[in-house]
Amino acid sequence: MTRHIRHAAAFCALLLLALLLNALRVQVVRSAAYDGNPANRRESIARYGQPRGDILVGGAPVTGSRDTGEQLRYERTYLDGPLYAPVTGFASQEYGTTFLEHAEDDLLSGLDPMLAPLPLWNDVTRGRPPGGMVVTTLDRRAQQAAYAALDGRKGAVAAVEPATGRVLALVSSPSYDPALLSGNDPGAEAAWRRLNGDPDRPMLNRAVSQTYPPGSTFKVVTAAAALDAGVVTDLDAPTDSPVPYRLPGTTTRLTNSGDGCADAPVREAFEWSCNTVFAKLGVRVGLARMSRTAQAFGFNDPDARIPFPVATSTFDTSLDQAQLALSSIGQYNTRATPLQMAMVSAAVANGGQVREPYLVERTTRRGGATVGTAGSRSARQAMSPSTAVRLRELMEDVVREGTGTRAAIRGARVGAKTGTAQHGIGNAGTPYAWCISWAQGRRDIEPSVAVAVVVEDGSANRGEITGGGMAAPIARAVMAAVLAP
Amino acid sequence: MTSAGAGAATAFAAAGAPSPAVSLPRRRGIELALIVVAVLLSVYGYCAVGVARHGTLPPGAAGYGAGLGVLALVAHLAVRLRAPYADPLPLPIGVLLNGIGLVLIYRLDLETPGDRAAPTQLVWSTLGITLFILVVAALRDHRVLQRYAYVSVVAALALLTLPILFPAVNGARIWIRIAGFSIQPGEFAKVLLAVFFAAYLAANRTALAYAGRRFWFVQLPTGRVLGPIVAIWLLSVGVLVLERDLGTSLLFFGLFVVMLYVATGRTGWIAVGLLLASLGAVAVGRLEPHVHGRIEDWLHPFASIDAGLGPNQLAQSLFAFSAGGVLGTGLGLGHSVLIGFAAKSDFILATAGEELGLAGLSALFLLYGLLVERGYRAGLALRDPFGRLLAVGLASIVALQVFVIAGGVTGLIPLTGMAMPFLAQGGSSVVTNWAIVALLIRVSDSARRQYDGSTAP
Repeated sequence: MTRHIRHAAAFCALLLLALLLNALRVQVVRSAAYDGNPANRRESIARYGQPRGDILVGGAPVTGSRDTGEQLRYERTYLDGPLYAPVTGFASQEYGTTFLEHAEDDLLSGLDPMLAPLPLWNDVTRGRPPGGMVVTTLDRRAQQAAYAALDGRKGAVAAVEPATGRVLALVSSPSYDPALLSGNDPGAEAAWRRLNGDPDRPMLNRAVSQTYPPGSTFKVVTAAAALDAGVVTDLDAPTDSPVPYRLPGTTTRLTNSGDGCADAPVREAFEWSCNTVFAKLGVRVGLARMSRTAQAFGFNDPDARIPFPVATSTFDTSLDQAQLALSSIGQYNTRATPLQMAMVSAAVANGGQVREPYLVERTTRRGGATVGTAGSRSARQAMSPSTAVRLRELMEDVVREGTGTRAAIRGARVGAKTGTAQHGIGNAGTPYAWCISWAQGRRDIEPSVAVAVVVEDGSANRGEITGGGMAAPIARAVMAAVLAP
Repeated sequence: MTSAGAGAATAFAAAGAPSPAVSLPRRRGIELALIVVAVLLSVYGYCAVGVARHGTLPPGAAGYGAGLGVLALVAHLAVRLRAPYADPLPLPIGVLLNGIGLVLIYRLDLETPGDRAAPTQLVWSTLGITLFILVVAALRDHRVLQRYAYVSVVAALALLTLPILFPAVNGARIWIRIAGFSIQPGEFAKVLLAVFFAAYLAANRTALAYAGRRFWFVQLPTGRVLGPIVAIWLLSVGVLVLERDLGTSLLFFGLFVVMLYVATGRTGWIAVGLLLASLGAVAVGRLEPHVHGRIEDWLHPFASIDAGLGPNQLAQSLFAFSAGGVLGTGLGLGHSVLIGFAAKSDFILATAGEELGLAGLSALFLLYGLLVERGYRAGLALRDPFGRLLAVGLASIVALQVFVIAGGVTGLIPLTGMAMPFLAQGGSSVVTNWAIVALLIRVSDSARRQYDGSTAP
């Protein structure tokens, strides 16, 4: 019997061994898969178990957290939700995160390993440091001015600091309050459905996620390419430009909205936005150089991030001559985000140099200690400095006596280029009003702001949708807000 | 038997006591020290929960510690007076497991303000330790139980059939409700059946071992002795079908096969047992939807997630274990309450796994392993077949029960509803487990007393 008791004991030992090995399997070997299972609520509970870090504009938070006492304890709040929605995005317990809330999620939710006092500290203590803070580059007054000037019309504003690429304003209209989506209650679900079903698409970030045909504002790029390539040497010499201009290889005739464009010098053609002159100029520059210049300004860059991704602005690189002519005046396949056009304006203002735009100045711990800074961003030369000087002249002329007079600010140097972009099949859509501009205060040594404005107002009288009429005053308001002491 | 017993005695003498004429150390001091450690560990756990949840020591910590300490001390005194040669380990292990169980239930009570289970569990623990003291004090010799074999089996059958008359709770008909108390009579039946099996097998083991024809490698049993085995098998299947209690049926059958093997040494019995068990399992698994569902859940624990219905209990349990990792989240800091229903009873181990980690879970398994090992050791040391079989049977109950429920909640085997000994919420279970420990104390006392040269065996 003793032997058999030993056998039975050995059997029990086997059972014990099986339990131990299986515990090892569940708790260690398969642990990552189980922890990462989307149906496992632990990650959510930990994530919402502490207040989310805040996003700061001008030194003050524009976000907050509310203790709900529920299982997912803290909910995101926004102090001025619709105003900053294109920057913050939303942080929803149900629908995830977008924009800065998404791009800086690890930091805001305390997951970023940089927040830990020591490497691997959190893995040992199983703790989670408080969420960090994101300090943005936004200028509160510029943001407010842009939002107020758009006044609910469909459109967007992007403003950057030319010398650095700091994003000063990023506004999209109509907007929405991201706080509506924070929770996981039926109210959030209803808001989600309503916002997604809204034909005005309030959750679309028109400043960075939407591309528009840039229209005449693209003539800045064409002019830069022509000047750099030596196709144009004298801004005041007459160009050999017929009106109407027959697109090469086709019978299509291109005309202008105004008179006096036949053989107009580049200075006048820029001031009065002559399509015929710039279409022909683009063809003379050639596809290769046009593409190269457009790409130097930031077109065709699929990886643009500020730090959330920006929709790719496009300049088609396989075009025939007729298509190139249209592309050179910002039509055909050419499309740009408002932020991209702000970069174009900024390049002119910054001596031809394009600074990568960025929205996050630095990230800090909850207490304020810096975790990361934007550092110096790469710069590209989009045009030679001398070309930039001449383009600045051209843009200033537009404000002084051309289509952009409504962008003028007393006592400041202001340059602008307006545009009215056709779109839709047979150009049947309501045109988009554009204005890109830059401004230099009286005491500043260099321009301190570059702005791009687009207004796509379907309800407006078609005749009134011109860059100079609708978009320039908005650009002016934003620039004035930045220049104001 | 005689030679085997003598062999064991020789081995023991060689290992432990060189001269049988000297009185054996009784090791009650070790027991007391271990009990103090066990109580302190439990109180520490209780305080850890409070500090983790509220940042302060829980107000009941002193009372809880005093209560558990007094109970453990009285039990210790009973052992000191009535079973002085007893193994010093089973009582501290019982106190520690019971204490940890109370901590875990108290911890889960914090998540369910409407359902306070810890105070009730403390009352049941008191009853359990009282029963322990009564058994240790009243039962002077385990061989007395041999006389009550048939009383035991009748009582066991009565207890097993009683719940059939009561309404099913959560799909299983294993509870009876009297005056607000839920009692699971099947728990008590385990001990009674172990007593009966031990007595029956001790009386009939020769006939069972040496009769019957040999077929190939297997010594087949004769029809006459096959009867009781088939009866037990039918009983298990009956429990399964009528009460839908897969765990208890598995436990009874496993217990019987182990004891039969130990009594007869016939591998044929194991073959027959496994054959019958697999037949029963396949048939019931196919026919009984409740059991079939459990097997499906075991094979595909995340099927309900894929179907968009959210995680089921087993998936939540696996998530809880996994969240624990190696070191655990710390007491009071896990989210095993997500398991929902039965988090304090069948799934209590998930809380231990999440908050104490693989380290704590392994420690718990080793504690159970140690308890089982002490039972087997007592069985090896005893001379009378009844005592040996009883010790092996009681230890096997613990081993099988731990395996069935712990394997179930960790996805090793299909999940069957059973109480984790000492840890899980459930009065009947706690009381029964204290009875098992009391009987182990009694047999281990007899086992060592016989080698003490200073007293007559």
